[in-house]
Amino acid sequence: MAGIQLKNLVKKYGDGFPAVNDVSIDIADGEFVILVGPSGCGKSTLLRMIVGLEDITSGDLMIGDKRVNDLAPRERNLAMVFQNYALYPHLTVYENIAFPLRLAKTSNEEIDRLVRDASKTLELDEHLDRKPGNLSGGQRQRVAMGRAIVRQADAFLFDEPLSNLDAKLRGQMRTEIARLQKRLGITTVYVTHDQTEAMTLGDRVAVLKRGLLQQLASPRELYENPGNLFVAGFIGSPPMNFLPAEVDGTSVKLPFGSVEIPADKAEKVAGKGLLIAGIRPEHFEDAAIAEQQGSASTFKATVEVVEWLGNETYAYIPFEAPPEVEAQLRQLEKDLDGEALRTQLVVSLDGSSRIKESEEAEIWVDAAKMHLFDPATGENLTVDLAHAGEIPANALVS
Amino acid sequence: MSRMLKKLGMPLGVLLILVWCLLPVAWIVSLSFKDAAAVTNGTSPGFFPTDAFAGWDNYRAAWDNEQFRRAILNSLGISLISTFLSVVLATLAAYAIARLEFRGKKLVLSIALAIAMFPVVALVSPLFDLWRTLGLYDTWPGLILPYMSFTLPLAIWTLSAFFREIPWEMEQAAQVDGATSWQAFRKVIVPLAAPGVFTAAILTFFFAWNDFVFGITLTSTENARPIPAALSFFVGSDPFNRPASLLAAGAVIATVPIVLIVLVFQRKIVAGLTSGAVKG
Repeated sequence: MAGIQLKNLVKKYGDGFPAVNDVSIDIADGEFVILVGPSGCGKSTLLRMIVGLEDITSGDLMIGDKRVNDLAPRERNLAMVFQNYALYPHLTVYENIAFPLRLAKTSNEEIDRLVRDASKTLELDEHLDRKPGNLSGGQRQRVAMGRAIVRQADAFLFDEPLSNLDAKLRGQMRTEIARLQKRLGITTVYVTHDQTEAMTLGDRVAVLKRGLLQQLASPRELYENPGNLFVAGFIGSPPMNFLPAEVDGTSVKLPFGSVEIPADKAEKVAGKGLLIAGIRPEHFEDAAIAEQQGSASTFKATVEVVEWLGNETYAYIPFEAPPEVEAQLRQLEKDLDGEALRTQLVVSLDGSSRIKESEEAEIWVDAAKMHLFDPATGENLTVDLAHAGEIPANALVS
Repeated sequence: MSRMLKKLGMPLGVLLILVWCLLPVAWIVSLSFKDAAAVTNGTSPGFFPTDAFAGWDNYRAAWDNEQFRRAILNSLGISLISTFLSVVLATLAAYAIARLEFRGKKLVLSIALAIAMFPVVALVSPLFDLWRTLGLYDTWPGLILPYMSFTLPLAIWTLSAFFREIPWEMEQAAQVDGATSWQAFRKVIVPLAAPGVFTAAILTFFFAWNDFVFGITLTSTENARPIPAALSFFVGSDPFNRPASLLAAGAVIATVPIVLIVLVFQRKIVAGLTSGAVKG
């Protein structure tokens, strides 16, 4: 077992396009790190660079204390689970799991012991003599994991391992992977585009956008202190609301009215003119239900659509954004693989809220949790750097 | 009525095609069991030998012929060796073509196709001269070489199509699991491409076994003469009166290896062997 260090890794393809651009991540021994981002952000490329299936254009890749840039995949002693499992269809489940051991010339008794160990862990015992073709998706997934855990690899690499499973199985396998990783205590790098997987599995999450590392932090830090508009919009579902905002002293003027923010945040954004305010849906509440707190303000707005989900209610409130803010929001939407919808506020209210569609409602907002972003660069001006993990200086170059 | 027709149409059509295809073969088999004299005199014109039935006499006579046995041996040896060499070379070449990006890849493929389309007859006389100069005339290598050059292109095309079907991840997974490129090729790719390898092997073997043009022009003695050419030299005591029943028996014997090989390899050509490799 060993830690993995990525030092200024760059991957350029023939046309000079940097698929991975100057990414540095220090993965501690036994840590579970998630690489997450929209499609085309370079997360899979980065993983394949670690395992050795893609050449590294520049930078250093260290496993333990050894620089492994020029080593072939088989010399790196890493185990990988592929997105489509890549099982050997001509071999039985037993032989699939035993494959790495046979290559390592392990003795037959040892192989038998290790394979049966792995199959017991993954509950594959009754399938050992079957061929992968006769297994279900979840079983194939477990065989692929068995092949990874059977040998003493320095680290596990997962490339979107659950994306081919249906929703229920995905949930089960997610817990399974978490349990397995905790038990084996092995360094793990896991690529996904699913933010539930990212938030629940990772000790730390690296958010990537077009080859650039945006932020590397724990799930909670990412959620509460996103480094920029992209991270703020990517993490969280439904996503954070972005509104045009003008700051005057400690009062912030939003499309629906003015709210008060704490003095320390106001200080950071003093004299910046037009900004983008980011407020998560759950920081709103129906004023009739909300327990009033010090920093909270209320405003009145007409609710266009209400979605009642039982435990909570989503209310949609359209608003007009000035052109410079709108342009930035559309670009953000594009970066996030989304459709450019019209600007609207999504608020998550308590399920007991009686707000109706097309009615004016009084909404309470916890403005203390608000973040303010620079509309030109997307930088979060109110980020609490002590609790935001690592935000690379080059995150916003694009 | 029309429903009857519909029901009978299919088996009737199949029967018709079977008769069309197999009648000549069946007639040869029938001839091979007839008495030589009866065939010459035309006393037994029917399909079934009946009173002219000669039992295994013709077969025994054909097999007792030293030249015939020698020709069978030549054919077997030459066909098997050229099949083996051709398939091994084609497997390696096709793998490179399917997996590697190199300059002139298109050129290699188009030249291979051009060779496959080249008329065999046009090559025969130059080869005759060349082989005599090089001392390859009337030898096994003298036949193996042209067979290989004509079967390689087809084998390469067939196999590269098979290799392209195998997902890249198979190899990458093997490499991550600790295999060298060669081990990944041998333990993962070749077993997966087995149906393709056997298809190529059968096609190559058929070409070599059935060839007549090279066999008759590039040989002069039983040293290397293969069975199709040898059969044409199979003359009895009377040159104007060729032993048709004996020839028929020889032809039937010459067909046996082909039938055996198809039966053996057919089991190996199982389509969809890669199913289950990846989710899909």
